[in-house]
Parts: sequence; C-alpha cells; structure tokens
Amino acid sequence: MTTSGSGTATDTHCPYCALQCGMRLRPGAGAEPVEVLERPAFPVNQGALCGKGRTAAAVLRPGVRLTEPLVREDRDDRDAPLRPASWDEAFDRVAAGLTAAQRRYGNDAVGVFGGGGLTNEKAYLLGKFARVALRTPHIDYNGRFCMSSAAAAHRRAFGIDRGLPFPLEDVAGTDCVILVGANPAETMPPALRYFRELRENGGRLIVVDPRRTRTAEQADLHLQPLPGTDLALALGLLHLLIADGRADEDFIARRTTGFAQARAAAMAHWPQRVERLTGVPVAQLAAAAAMFGEAPRGMVLTARGPEQQSKGTDTVSAWINLCLAAGKAGRPGSGYGCLTGQGNGQGGREHGQKADQLPGYRSITDPAARRHVAAVWGVDPDGLPGPGRSAYELLDSLGTDGGVRALLLMGSNPAVSAPRAAHVTERIRALDFLAVGDIVLSETARLADVVLPVTQWAEETGTTTNLEGRVILRGKAVDAPEHVRSDLAVLHGLAARLGVPEGFPEDPEEVFEELRRASAGGRADYAGISYGRIRAEDGVFWPCPAPDHPGTPRLFLDRFATPDGRARFAAVTHRPAAEEPDDDYPLYLTTGRVVGQYQSGAQTRRVDELNRSAPGPFVEVHPVLARRLGVAEGELLAVTSRRGRAVAPARVTDTIRPDTVFMPFHWGGDGRANSLTNPALDPVSRMPEFKVCAVRVGPAAGEREERGAATEAAEPTQRTEPTQITEPATRSAPEERAGRRAVAGRMASGPAVPGRAS
Amino acid sequence: MTRRIAVVGAGMAAARFAERFQALGGDAEVTLYGAEPRAPYNRVLLADVLTGRYAADDLALPAGDARLRTACEVTRLDTVAHTLRLADGEDVPYDELVLATGAEPVACGGLGRGRVHVVRTAADCEGLAAAAVHAQRVVVIGGGILGVDVARALAARTVLRAASSRAGRAESSSGRAEVSSPAVTIVHHAAHLNERHLDRQAGELLQRGLAGLGISVRTGTQVRALHGADRVTAVELTDGHVLDADLVVSACGVTPHTALARAAGLPVRTGVVVDDRLSCAPDVYAIGDCAEHRDRTHGTAGAAWEQADVLAARLSGAAPDAAYAGSRPYARLSAGPLEYAAFGDPAADEDGLDVLRIADATRGSYKKLVLRGDRIAGAVLLGDLATVGALARAYERDEIVPADPFHLLTSSTA
Repeated sequence: MTTSGSGTATDTHCPYCALQCGMRLRPGAGAEPVEVLERPAFPVNQGALCGKGRTAAAVLRPGVRLTEPLVREDRDDRDAPLRPASWDEAFDRVAAGLTAAQRRYGNDAVGVFGGGGLTNEKAYLLGKFARVALRTPHIDYNGRFCMSSAAAAHRRAFGIDRGLPFPLEDVAGTDCVILVGANPAETMPPALRYFRELRENGGRLIVVDPRRTRTAEQADLHLQPLPGTDLALALGLLHLLIADGRADEDFIARRTTGFAQARAAAMAHWPQRVERLTGVPVAQLAAAAAMFGEAPRGMVLTARGPEQQSKGTDTVSAWINLCLAAGKAGRPGSGYGCLTGQGNGQGGREHGQKADQLPGYRSITDPAARRHVAAVWGVDPDGLPGPGRSAYELLDSLGTDGGVRALLLMGSNPAVSAPRAAHVTERIRALDFLAVGDIVLSETARLADVVLPVTQWAEETGTTTNLEGRVILRGKAVDAPEHVRSDLAVLHGLAARLGVPEGFPEDPEEVFEELRRASAGGRADYAGISYGRIRAEDGVFWPCPAPDHPGTPRLFLDRFATPDGRARFAAVTHRPAAEEPDDDYPLYLTTGRVVGQYQSGAQTRRVDELNRSAPGPFVEVHPVLARRLGVAEGELLAVTSRRGRAVAPARVTDTIRPDTVFMPFHWGGDGRANSLTNPALDPVSRMPEFKVCAVRVGPAAGEREERGAATEAAEPTQRTEPTQITEPATRSAPEERAGRRAVAGRMASGPAVPGRAS
Repeated sequence: MTRRIAVVGAGMAAARFAERFQALGGDAEVTLYGAEPRAPYNRVLLADVLTGRYAADDLALPAGDARLRTACEVTRLDTVAHTLRLADGEDVPYDELVLATGAEPVACGGLGRGRVHVVRTAADCEGLAAAAVHAQRVVVIGGGILGVDVARALAARTVLRAASSRAGRAESSSGRAEVSSPAVTIVHHAAHLNERHLDRQAGELLQRGLAGLGISVRTGTQVRALHGADRVTAVELTDGHVLDADLVVSACGVTPHTALARAAGLPVRTGVVVDDRLSCAPDVYAIGDCAEHRDRTHGTAGAAWEQADVLAARLSGAAPDAAYAGSRPYARLSAGPLEYAAFGDPAADEDGLDVLRIADATRGSYKKLVLRGDRIAGAVLLGDLATVGALARAYERDEIVPADPFHLLTSSTA
C-alpha cells in the first residue's frame, strides 16, 4: 500500500477514463469503504476530478457490486436464474465449459474477450492465458472499438502508436490545436484546463464536430461537417495549406517521405468539392487552414469522431498528413495525438490483448517476436497461435459453425457497447458457454453461465498507461469483500484447472516483472519501469528500455520510429460512409457520450448522483427537424435503422445539424443506441462505424409489439437497471406509420453509395 | 488472363475512376489513354494557376495503379471486336471500355481559335499565362463561371507577377518585375452575368463586385469581329462598340467530345447516352463531361467524381449494383473575394412560386430562395455562403422545406 501525506491515505488513479486522474483514497466511515480525496501533486489533473471520479466509491457498495460467484441454476437453460455458488463450483463450471467446447470443436472454438479498463498486468496475463492455457488465437477486446483506427494510422505514419507523443501539459503551451471529433468537456473534464490555458496564452482552438458541443462552444473556430466527412475535411485543409504556400517544405524534405502522393490526393479534393462533401463553407475551411498554418507550433488531436468510421484509419492519416505538411510534428509543442478513451486503452493494447499482437506491441506474425515472447513464457514458439478474429468479427462468430462456442469475457459489456448490439446479444446467447468476470452484474453478465465477481480499482494494485503513454500505478486502499477475487487470481485458478499450474501469478508486481521482460526490445518497451520508479516519479513514459533510462515524455524529437527515421505521409482519398441516408432512412445518426456516464454505464449507472445528472438516453434533434417530425421536447422518439430500433425522449437543441440526430450510447434496453449502429469495419483497424449510420426518426407512437420483434427478440425482457426509463403504455399505430411519418415525404435519392473498401 | 479495362481519356473522371477502382480492390489492368502529354491533373484549379496560387506541378491527381499512356490519342473504337486503335495504328484489345473523353470549348460566334485563347488544358493555361504577362487590354468573351474566374485571375496584377516568376518567365528571377495591371473587360451576350444561374439582381451585384476588382462588363452584346492581322488589336461588338484589345480569351462553355463514340455507333445525343449503370452499350461505359445521363450533360467536376465513384464500385465488384441517380444543377463560383452558390433556377418567376430574398447592400450579399410548394425550385447565395452546406443538401435531396426556412439562408452560428 502506498501511503503518503495524510496518514493511511493511498495514492491511486481514477477507475474511469484514459486521463487516469490522480486521486487519493482514505478508508471511509460511511456507506462506502473509501472516501475519494484530491491528489494535487499528480501533474495530469492537479487535483481536479470530474463527477464520475469523485463518486467512484459508490460502486464499492455491497448492494451495487457483485459479492459472490453466480452460476446458472440449470446449465442447459439460458433463461434459468443465476444463483450464488462457491468459487470451487464456479471454477469447475468454467473449466468444464471451456474444455467441453475444446474437445468437441477444437481449441479455436474457445475465445477470450477483454477490456480497455483492465490493468496492464491483467491485459498481459489474459493474453498469455488465451495463448498458453487455452491455446486459442481468438482473443480481442473492446479497445478495438475505441482507438484502433488511431493506432493503425499512428503506426503507419510514425512507426509506433502512443496516444499522445507529449505530456498533456504541452497543449497549454502550443499555438493552435485542432480537436477533431473530441469532446473533452464531457469525456474528460479535468483535461479541459489545458485547452483553457492554451487560449489564455494566446493560442487558438479549432473544433471539428457535427455537434456544437460544450467543447466546441469554447473554440475560436467550430467546423460542423456532415458525419463521416472528416476525411474530406482534412484533405481540404491540406489542399489549402499547400495552395496558400503554408506547407513547411524544409520539414517535409528533411523528415518525411511520401509527400508527392499525399499532395496529389489533397489536390484531388479542391475547396469547393470539400465544401460540397462536408457542408463546411470554403471561407471556414480557409480560415482554419490559415489559423493552423500560420501558428508557429500546432497540434491535431483526434478522438472517436474521426476514428470510429469504416474509413477511420485513413481519416486519421489525413489529419496526420496535415500535421506533417505544416511541419507540426516531431518538434517541441507540436504533433498529432489521439485522446484515448478507456482507462487503460493505451496499455491494454500494448501487451497482448489484441488478436494480432504479443506483449510490447509486438506483431504475432513476426517470428522474432514470437521467439522472444515464447522464451519469456517458457513455451515452444511454434505452439503459439497466430492472429485471431477482431472484436466484432469474434462476437459475430459466437455460437456459429467454425466460430467461438465458449467465451471468457472480462471487463467488457458488449451487449450494450458493441455495434448492432441486438445481433451481438443474440450471438452471445447462442454460445455453448459464457463466463464473465466483472465487478457488477452488467447486461452481458446477466447472459453468462458463470459470473465471477472481481476486485475494483480501490481493492487492488496494478499499473495502467494513460493517454500520454505515462505508466502509472494504482494502489490498493481497502480489502475487497470476502468472496471477491482479483482477475489475476481468477486466471491463476482457471489455468490450474486447465492443467497449467505455473506461469499465472496472483501477485500484480510479479506479473509486472514478467511483463517487463516480455516487452523488452518491443515498441512499447517497459523493461526499465518498476513499481518503485513509478511511485517516485509520478509515472514513467514508455519507451523506457533500461532502469537508468529516463523514460520518453516526448517522442520523435530526433527521429520518427520508422526504419529510416522519417514520418510517412499516406495517400488517402475520401469516400462515403458505409451507409448513407436514403429515402427509407433519411437522417444521419451519430453516437457519443455525456459527462455523467461512462462507456456502457455498467459502473456509472449504479451511482445515484450521476443518474441525477444523466438519468437516461435521449435523442438530440434540431428544432427544424423537430418541427418537421411534429415532435416536442421530451416526447418519445423511435429511431430505426436497418439493424434495429431504439426509443428515447427527444431533446430539442440547435447544437445539432438538422440532418443528424445524436444518441449517447451508455444505456441498454429500449434506449440502446447500439441497437442502431453499423458494424461496417475499417479494412485496416477493424474498427466498426459507430459514428455514422442512416436512420429514420418518428414519434414512438405505439409500435411496442413490433419493436419487441425488431430488436429485442433475443434478449430477456426483464430489465432492472435503476436508470431504465419506462415507456408510456402502448398506442395503436403500427410501426410502419411512424416510420413513414419520419421520412417526412419524398426525398429524391442522391447518387448511389458505392461500397466501402473492405 | 488478366481482365483489361481501357479508359479513353486521362482527365478528372478517368483519374478518380482509376484511383477508386484500385482502392476498392478491383482486379483488372486499368489503362488510361490520354491525348494530352500530361499525367492527370485537376482542371478545376487552372484559373488559379494564372494567379500563381498553384504551380503546374501542384495539380497532379492520383490515379491508383493504372497504366498511363499520355500523348496517346485513340482514333477508333471497335466495340464488336473489343479493340481500340491508337494514333500510331496500334490496335489494343480490352474487356471493358470506359469513355472519359471530356469536353472541348465551344467557339464563340465562329471565332477561330488561332488568335483567341481558351482555358481548358494546362497547355492552354501556360499559353495564356505567357501572353498575359505583356497584355494591357484583355477581353474575355463569356460571363459564365469560367469567364468571370479567368477575368478575375487576369486582373490580379500582383499575383500574376508571382505566377510568371514561378513559371520562370518573369523579367527578373526575383519576381519583382513591374507588370502593369491589364484592363479586363467581360463581354457577355445575355442581359446580366451568369444568367443560367443568377437572377438579374444577383448578376448585377456580381458585376458590381467585379468593378471593384477593376473588371468592366458589357452585357447584352456579342463579338462580331476581331480586328488586327497576326495579333488582335481590337474586338468589335454587335452593339457597334469597338474595344481595344491585345489579348482575347473565350469562355463560352464546352461541348462533349463524342466523335469517337459516334463513329463507333454508340448512342450519342449531346453526350454519350448512358443509363443509371453509366453504360451505353455492352461492356462500354461513359463518365464525366462526355456522358449524357437522363437527358443531361453536367460538365462539372463534381458530377464526374460521383459518376466515377459509382462506376468504380460497379466494376471493382465492391458494389456491383451501384447506380447513378443524377446530380442536380449546382453552380459554385469562388473567384478570389467573389463567391456565389446557385441551385436550380433562382430566376424562375412563374405563378405560385414563393420567393424569399435577403439583400445586404452594405456587405454585398444577396440570398434568395425560390420555393415551389414545399420544395426548393432555385436558390442563390452570393457574398455570404455561411449556409451553403445546409442549402446544398436540402436542394440535392429535394427535401421538404419547413414553413420557416430562414435557416437555409442565415446562419445563427456563423
């Protein structure tokens, strides 16, 4: 236990987003076992916490979280109730479920699904568990839904993938920041101070977002493109940068390759064309290009907006191109970065939880990487599986011929967070066996045959890596309830039952020491990082190849991590979203977050204070659209896509485009935004297109019977989430009528939508 | 054997098609046959090559991994034998043929091209740039988008100087050579500028804007004759005026290149007639300025792009059923400080039309929305284009316009 300052208080970090704010925990006197205190000395948030972090201890309450293993009463009946069980029985059931599938269908029929909230130690050991204990290639995680497009573009351009190539504090000192599809005012409020300081220091903030978010309201310039057109927008800005003579030709010549092709791609996107594609007037494009081009130093930061698209990798590449052409990369105060989402979104993708990777950000297809990791693990490199299916493809295969039949899922809630969630739920229900390790009974855990209650952040020690690439240490502040075990202990127990008693330590520091060796020499090299150093230095930035290496707060100042040391331009061109609006589904849907909830809401929906501020799902509609649909504030709207339907109250606001509706995705049940979203995948990153699909919208006048069939057929009907909004009684009009009304008359069809490149 | 797709033409439609075909995973050997000596380039930007904003090299377009045969004219198509003949007599077989032959400038009032410049190709543009360095009195024939844009570029003296220095033609390599600003006059046959896109009021506002750039406009008249022997010395108009001139540029529109298609017996009216699959005969397609779809030739790079995308999706197999549903008429001028966007027919004045108009003389903006029932029949934004995105989308999708449509003309956030 780390103690400092006020007696028995423990220094640690928030359980939520990638900012990983420093906080301090003191044993609590009230209903909650710990009290959350400020930790002003930690540099990233300097004591500030948002409502989620401040109230995180509420999820430690026994009535909220899981306190004992649960098993399904009748193992052959998916709808039978769950009952408490001993760990022995739970472990036996899991081992039996996994080995039965292996025996019947082979090792590839067993899969593992992880999460970006797991610590480095857990993510590392989970990857090892899949490959060594289960001997399956099929392990992936919800981080694939988070920043995989940025990761792929990062690697393509710079040869390495770290969310930010500089500490967040550098934002305050640069001259111009373009925030693309990022809304830190709601997703990571303590980070907002750096953007505020940027402007106080005379720097400019440009926000690109289809919505006038709370972040956009603070911008010097807000560009409001059509959803799915960020790629064209970035190309248009590059075009103008070049046309107006603001390209940094010296930087391009000295430190990059591939400019001629990227320039040609940008020249194909002339300003008037980009205006037509994006809806952003040429004058605004020119203003943005000038503002960024004239700034001596500048940054482009992307988040899920441009990334969660079926062309997310190319879209991020286009923004990186803009940075490179402007000479704003690999220099102090300049660069491209990704505002990673999940708490350990960064570390979770570095140590083997991804289908195609081994620890240290090594490729699973690289023979040298396989040899290195196999040696650390004491196994035959030829026995290591190859690459497995990506997250959505894995979920889509569940319970199918040739697919995964038995799944171990930890720290994720795909029944709410996966695209086309009704279908994914159906696939989960088709599994022969599902085991879920979680801290609460999430929507996905309810579908499990065995639920394993695991420890939370305050009850365990372990490292995470925040969006800056800073490896930090969470400290255990309080003991977990008696029948709750750490994820590491779960893997230890399961591995033993699967006949692998060695190699799965329960002690996090012991796992970390092994992770150091496994990562040594890899892209994400942790070899020089120790718990002691992290405590002493407020975190250590990777790569840190040796104990006497200072770590790397700022990447690329001398060279990029490519073989020739130069950053690589990517020649990318715009194309439509996988699904564009048409006569039947005339509006865009985009999805996102609200400040009071986190991810699938499994944790935050169990906190009263957060539910008061964000009580349930809603549909943002522009007043013009609301008038056309004939709906008023608060009226229930049915939103329908080719994949399903969701119902939630209208929130009428002029911060959204009239051709677009927005839904937050934090809720399951009828208001589940991901019932609608499109699992079209990026061909490189395998990222689904959460951020844009085509929908129709209308008053939810009495289509209850059809809705049941349309989207929720595969799911149990009971929903007892405390925040579940309940709907008014049924009305009589059939679904079809509501849908027709939503179309609001004939719409001429635009040009046909060519297929996507996957 | 590898499937062969021959693309006749190497302009914007051809390049976009080739780029998308490869990106979509199309499996074929694509060859572009271009009559011009250059690799594909962005024709839309040529006027700003005159101002020096773009160097000629800047205009290059990506074309995927297509084979490129430049300065390679196709002289004959045999759609039965599936071959095309090149100027050197070579016969080249293909499996699928894409006509992207583009368009050529029409001659104004029978004026020969000898002494009159046009702005269609990069070579045209180079010739004009060279001639313009010493021009004192320029007459531009045609007051459409291209004519206005070229007149604006030629009148921009300071940038012209930069252009000539970038092209290596300046009197001094420093680019500081004194080049006097030419007097530029636009001669336009109709009663006001850009009469196909603008109503009278907008046309007059545009004319006032041009006056502010030192460009005079003569409307309602045409060129009767050019004076001068080798070099033009004056332009005689049908209204009797004679304008002194040492440089004449014609910008009277374009006409599709259809001679090859016509000779091959393919269906041709104004352009090569294609269906929604962009097909004009088995295994033969046409896209871009040469194509006529649903009785319309677009002659815009935007429509060419959309057609190229549909055809690439079809032929690559990424979306074999993709169809082109047409592009609604849309005109966009962006000539330095002068900007307008025009949709449909903003001058329509039949009974029953509902017209909203916002004119701001001080700021030189003019905005008009013409509604037929609850649909947009025409619209123009001149000077203030803050709502161009919303308006373009509502018009393109023929959306129902709400009872209070001012959001299409004025932006609360801009």
